[in-house]
Amino acid sequence: MFVYYLNNLIRTFPFFLKGLWMTIEVSALSLMIGTVIGFGVGIARNARIPVLNHVLGVYIDFMRGTPFLVQVFIVFFIFPEWGIQLDAFSASILSLSVYAGAYISEIVSGGLDIIPGGQIEAASASGLNWFQRMVHVVMPQAMRPILPPLVGQYVLLIKDSSIVSVIGLTDVTRVGWLTVQRIPEGLMVFGLVGILYFVICYPLIHLSNAFEKRLRLQEFKLG
Amino acid sequence: MLESFNFLVILEYLPLFGQGMIATAWISAVSTFGALLVGIVSCMMRLSPVAPLRILAGAYIEFIRSTPLLAQLYFFYFGLPTLGIRLNEYQTGILALSLNSGAYIAEIIRAGVQSIPWGLIEAAMASGLGYFQRIRYIVLPQAIGVTIPPLLGQTIVLVKDSALLSLISVMELTRAGQLMNSERFMPAEGFFTTALCYLVLYHLLKAFSTWWQKRLIFRPA
Repeated sequence: MFVYYLNNLIRTFPFFLKGLWMTIEVSALSLMIGTVIGFGVGIARNARIPVLNHVLGVYIDFMRGTPFLVQVFIVFFIFPEWGIQLDAFSASILSLSVYAGAYISEIVSGGLDIIPGGQIEAASASGLNWFQRMVHVVMPQAMRPILPPLVGQYVLLIKDSSIVSVIGLTDVTRVGWLTVQRIPEGLMVFGLVGILYFVICYPLIHLSNAFEKRLRLQEFKLG
Repeated sequence: MLESFNFLVILEYLPLFGQGMIATAWISAVSTFGALLVGIVSCMMRLSPVAPLRILAGAYIEFIRSTPLLAQLYFFYFGLPTLGIRLNEYQTGILALSLNSGAYIAEIIRAGVQSIPWGLIEAAMASGLGYFQRIRYIVLPQAIGVTIPPLLGQTIVLVKDSALLSLISVMELTRAGQLMNSERFMPAEGFFTTALCYLVLYHLLKAFSTWWQKRLIFRPA
């Protein structure tokens, strides 16, 4: 029986690869949008504009304080009530990028905090405008502490993308869920799903660790 | 948006949400305890001089950290019965949550343990303390101080992760929202109430974490 199921699973393997591709597609798209949101919000928060800061604070608090599953449900079930129709794919991208954006903004504003105010004053005194200051003075330094947790956040994003399978997006988790209805070997099916996630996430985790190690070495040399 | 918000229905479903909140709280508490046990044991294994133990714990930690909790949950939910192990959905959920968080906690504890200078341990060895005595009297008391804030952070993650148990029909907070949605077709009322309940739990834990950190800093030596 086991061999029969194993053969069956091997025959459905292309289906798994399709699901994996969907996972990669959704994660990559929301990763890009989430990064843009995160940098925008992070820079805005760091500027500490009175009212805006509170609004953004509420956004970040809501995203960090509620489970992603509930956020997916809100986007998928409530938006149609307000007249915004979204298919599973756009609902997934929207919820994932807004969610990741909140966490990334915290990383970004944390990174910006380490830039001494004197440098920014010096840069303005040298006649650099806001944009030039950002590109030439602030970001090159801030990116060093931002990069390791940012890559770590990407790993979390890829893993959290499994949750959008519950609203019907055929990613690799949903393929597993569909397959296990026909091939009742949960360990085998979800073992395979796990291996597919592992193949993507494991190298990324090590990339993040490598960035962090490099950062610590640089600090050691500088300090 | 809000003009169509039906507060009466929320009032009617309030007992269900209360029940859900209690369920989320006790499931998280039990899983956190389980995760601490798993984390301490696997951290000890990972730092042990015995190579097979080290490799086993390393593989467990890396694999859990590289795969989503939902896949792990389904792995146990659909997989354990094929091994002839029959657990109800609560037990399956708590098992999956504990094993998932255990891996992260193992890494947190490892960071705490490795923050202790090797000289202290050598001094303890020279004083004739055994392995467990060193852990009990030298390593743990110092490691715990550093690890409490990230451990509380992990607990917050665990509370939010426990929402996934609603997918294997555990009756908790998110499930209460889902029930309200499917029985009354009121997703806004259902899921915003759910979100609000989670926010309450989140802020309670966060306040506790802040209070604890202050206490640690200002505690007289």
